[in-house]
Amino acid sequence: MPDRYRRQSPLAHLGLVARASEDQSAEAGVVMAECPFCAQTGLRGDGSLARFGNAVKTVLGIAPPTEPNTVTGPEDFADGARILWLGPDEWLIVGGDVDAEPSGALRLALSDRHAAVVDVSDGRAVIALSGPNARDVLAKGCPLDLHPRAFGPGRCAQTVLAKAHVILHQIDASPSYEIYVHRSFADYLWSWLEDAAGEFGVRISNSRSDRNGLLGGRVTP
Amino acid sequence: MLLIPCPWCGLRDEVEFKYGGEAHNNRPLVPDVHDDTAWAAYLFMKKNPKGLHLERWVHAAGCRRWFNVARDTVSNRIDGSYKIGEKPPAIAAETEESA
Amino acid sequence: MAIGVSVVGRSFKYHRPRGVFSAGVEEPIALIQLGSGPQTQPNMPATAVELSDGLVANSVHCWPNVNRDIGALAQWLSPFMPAGFYYKTFMWPARRWMVYERYIRNAAGLGTAPTEADPDIYDKMHVHCDVLVIGGGPAGLAAALAAGRSGARVIVADQQPEFGGQLLGERLEIDGGPAMAWVAAALDELAGMDEVGLLPRTTAFGYYDHNFVALLERRPIAAAETGRLARECLWKVRAKQVVLATGAIERPLIFANNDRPGVMLANAARTYVNRYAVAPGNTVVVFTNNDDAYRTAIVLAEVGVKVPALVDVRAFAPGALREQVSAHGIEVLNGWSVINAHGGRRVRMVDVVALDEAGAAASGSRRSIDCDTVAVSGGWNPAVHLFSQSGGKLRFDNARACFVPDVSVQSERSAGSCAGIFNLDGCLEAGFEVGAAAAADAGFTHGARPKRPRAEAPEEQPMRPLLWVPPPSNGKRFGKHFVDLHNDVTIADIELARHEGYESVELTKRYTTLGMGLDQGKTGNVHGLAVLAEARGNPIPAVGTTTFRPPYTPVSFGALAGRDVGDLYDPSRRTPMHRWHEQAGAVFEDVGQWKRPRYYPRSGETMGDAVDRECLAARHAVGILDASTLGKIDIQGPDAAEFLNRVYTNAWDRLPVGRCRYGLMCTDDGMVFDDGVTARLGDAHYLMSTTSGGAGRVLSWLEEWLQTEWPTLKVYLNSVTESWATASVSGPLARALLAGLTKTDLSADAFPHLGVREAVVAHLPARIFRVSFTGEVSFEISVPARYGMALWTTLMEAGQAYGITPFGTEAMHVLRAEKGYIITGQDTDGSVTPIDLGMDWIVSKKKDFLGRRSLNRVDAMRPDRKQLVGLLTDDPSDVLPEGAQIVGEKLPQPPMPMIGHVTSSYYSANLGRSIALALIKGGRDRIGKTVFAPLVDRTVSAVIVKPGFYDPEGARLHA
Repeated sequence: MPDRYRRQSPLAHLGLVARASEDQSAEAGVVMAECPFCAQTGLRGDGSLARFGNAVKTVLGIAPPTEPNTVTGPEDFADGARILWLGPDEWLIVGGDVDAEPSGALRLALSDRHAAVVDVSDGRAVIALSGPNARDVLAKGCPLDLHPRAFGPGRCAQTVLAKAHVILHQIDASPSYEIYVHRSFADYLWSWLEDAAGEFGVRISNSRSDRNGLLGGRVTP
Repeated sequence: MLLIPCPWCGLRDEVEFKYGGEAHNNRPLVPDVHDDTAWAAYLFMKKNPKGLHLERWVHAAGCRRWFNVARDTVSNRIDGSYKIGEKPPAIAAETEESA
Repeated sequence: MAIGVSVVGRSFKYHRPRGVFSAGVEEPIALIQLGSGPQTQPNMPATAVELSDGLVANSVHCWPNVNRDIGALAQWLSPFMPAGFYYKTFMWPARRWMVYERYIRNAAGLGTAPTEADPDIYDKMHVHCDVLVIGGGPAGLAAALAAGRSGARVIVADQQPEFGGQLLGERLEIDGGPAMAWVAAALDELAGMDEVGLLPRTTAFGYYDHNFVALLERRPIAAAETGRLARECLWKVRAKQVVLATGAIERPLIFANNDRPGVMLANAARTYVNRYAVAPGNTVVVFTNNDDAYRTAIVLAEVGVKVPALVDVRAFAPGALREQVSAHGIEVLNGWSVINAHGGRRVRMVDVVALDEAGAAASGSRRSIDCDTVAVSGGWNPAVHLFSQSGGKLRFDNARACFVPDVSVQSERSAGSCAGIFNLDGCLEAGFEVGAAAAADAGFTHGARPKRPRAEAPEEQPMRPLLWVPPPSNGKRFGKHFVDLHNDVTIADIELARHEGYESVELTKRYTTLGMGLDQGKTGNVHGLAVLAEARGNPIPAVGTTTFRPPYTPVSFGALAGRDVGDLYDPSRRTPMHRWHEQAGAVFEDVGQWKRPRYYPRSGETMGDAVDRECLAARHAVGILDASTLGKIDIQGPDAAEFLNRVYTNAWDRLPVGRCRYGLMCTDDGMVFDDGVTARLGDAHYLMSTTSGGAGRVLSWLEEWLQTEWPTLKVYLNSVTESWATASVSGPLARALLAGLTKTDLSADAFPHLGVREAVVAHLPARIFRVSFTGEVSFEISVPARYGMALWTTLMEAGQAYGITPFGTEAMHVLRAEKGYIITGQDTDGSVTPIDLGMDWIVSKKKDFLGRRSLNRVDAMRPDRKQLVGLLTDDPSDVLPEGAQIVGEKLPQPPMPMIGHVTSSYYSANLGRSIALALIKGGRDRIGKTVFAPLVDRTVSAVIVKPGFYDPEGARLHA
């Protein structure tokens, strides 16, 4: 295993850990955090085949969702992996620390059929966005209807946010979201979000789930 | 700004899509049996109708699936979308009637 | 107005003094320059600007000031300035236009644009709703109530700071109480609904496809200045259903000198009294063709304004209204017309004439009436702009001489006066019905049917559909009759245009400028159509109407730009090593959205110095390049090799695991599309690399073929571009450097050119490709992106002993050009085949691939196609500009037949001279011949050579 302290998250250069520990306004309308180093695995396969779903379930404990734009798995990141629907034959598995190489077992389980398991952990940054005005911030740059009648917890969507392509996953109704964005766009999107959230007041957090004030999952900064 | 029905993701804003030109202009299976004129017709000659147009779109910022859309080029009214390999809605209806 | 200012601007063409004409956004003439410095906004209609403390405003289009305007000389020249004046006068000689234009631009135009960057924030919001109600007057509020009570998501937008629409300027009753009390109650109820949003100060300015409507919200200045709230917000609304309750715009009657300050729309005069407690003048003559202006006369008389006469072109009069008017001592002249206004900076007197019995000629007795204001009403034009933008078809209502909505195309309904309903009770009824119907169509129905608001519906007499005063019996008019006050277009201008052959309304508009500019002819367009129709002898519907285009009212550039300004103008994509490049002082280059180091200047170095140094280091020691931006596509599946065979021009069946190969891709027309190296990682597992700029395009294009044409191929594509960070070390010392950081055997035998190895480099999991874009021994080392910086810094530290030199894209371009390697998109442009590039060696004859059939087209085999060759200038220090045109023989002067152009050109420090690549007609047959590049200041001669200037045998590559 390589030396973890030599690794850098996509937003490492912004010094968010330091900013999060500074005195910040408690009455922020928007809370933002980077969720670094969580394992992301691209999964391709024929979702209409029960054997495929079962093979995945055997390894991960959950089957890939077949309903478009939904997520299976626990709400809390710490409780295990989640699977996001990206396409009729494409999913994103999220969970665990990237250097634990979690996709190996899955690759093995699917090795006897036409499927692809690709480690894409480093391909995207994950930004957690929550707070009473989180939805308003997203509405400034996202054409999706995010009203609770149209989009709620457990839903995900690939869409456009400002000028970046993103995967948007609503975690809970507070509302809190996780935004997956290609690594090279992370600096742009973070800057855009902070700018757009300015009128509501922004607090930088170190935790993907700021509600309980704990560092989420097995993620370490 | 169109609202395009992705067969998987439902109605989404046009900014999430990319246009792919005329549908059903498939590549000839054996290119060599076509003379230059016929090959050029496949490559360059598009219907460009005023009215109903069957065309390819890809949900580029979404699920990345290619599919076909039946769109009126005058009013931009969209009569529906269908997956690759499926028949367009109108043609499907006609086939049913004749059957 | 309250302090007696009557002249607020000068007219566009003749610089005639102009006053306030309306009380809303339709204002054609009272334009102001609002604010100062970087926040100034030109050409704002004074009648639609919300007043606030400290507001700064100036008149536009006058110098030195509005009362003494030098440009006013133009009005004495006006007989010499007919329609199409500029077209007619400044046509010849054509090259003088550049001179004329400078002066014309100075004389024309209205306000001035700011010269400094706007410090304000502008926002955009996407919003979705079931029912969007545009307009917060009686019809709009009734519609919002009906829709809101159903539970639907409703947005109500109104362009004014206050809701109420026309009611704001009236004294009417609804449900037995003051109308504004009903408005207040309605707003209370709506504000209490969770799913209803109220947007005052918000103009719906564009109605686009599929019920996409753009709204511009202007926030109060004070609110924008506190905190970080945007000054304006552009709302992008996607509505299931739209209710248009946009109201109607009153229009004038046209008579001679109808532009004099003091001539004003009748409802505007009433609004100033009722809403703002300002009298529009001291002595007001009311001039009308309909009942509504009678109410203006009554309101004015009630507040003590002197109304000497009400002039009605109709021979009859409305009974009850006439009695009320007469009761105020106002003389009612039925069957009379105002024909002329006297006065310079303010109306002084009007001439009125009795019409003949048919009402067709102003031939009867004549009087003059002293007054300082004329309140004029020619009926109402429904505000059908958005309806028309939605694609809806209009119908001309002859009885009221106006266009009304006819056939809807989108999910939209018009309610109230914008649908031609001009009485309050009718507006309330229509609004309520339409609001409920829209909600129902969006899936929200009422339980119990709520009661609709009601108002009295007084009996009305029909208007007379007459828009300008009848001429005297001899048919000859005198004086200027302004149709379009904004652009100074007169009846005579339109008649002249018709006389000169401009039959089409679209052409007449452009020739005369009728209906153009800021107000888009809101008060004058129908008159213009009517004049043209009469001149043509056609009814108005046969003449048609010009297109209603967005925006309904002007929209600031700031609002359209939103947050896409400054650093956020466009995403700048950064590699994992970006920070290092920044700290090393790299000068960056945009490659697509990527920021790539172009070169790393040391202190005192020019770009040329730095590039020369970097090029020399890569050939004599070791250079290092950040190659993370190259596109990377993971390809898996049993049909992967077959897939590669179809998309690349060369064959892929026999590539062993652990090896890679260069490939060229064509589109099916045979033109080069992209190139790159693809490695075989496993039996059914490949990794394709693409150009940096082409990564997204190539993946999308490969997916298109896979999904649409070859759905039976078992292949999965995944983009892994961003998952890896890649450093390329290149040069004679590259192997020694890398050998110190890995246990993998790097010797030429164990790890030959085009080999691929999984390895551990600097204790990091890595993949090494032995590929080269420089012609030197090179290793491309990829690690997971999170370790990109660790890899780079380790290589830099270890490389100090070897003289490691980071090099940027510029040196990379020079090094590859020395080798004659192409860059797709630079040496190709979508019209170049592999054969044109001289790359026949990579084109398989044994299999089909995309583009193959096209390479056998007659056109693709022409011997005179442009072919890629090298150029060596006769003067080795002269570097040709890229893009320079090449000619075969030098003639004394142009034209000279062009035979090609330079695609790449550099100074090569390694060769000690300039080198260039060029696409030249039949170029390979011209090798050894001299050609010329005629430039602005000199003509450069050069010899055509084979591309590939350095180590053509490739000995260094395989070392």
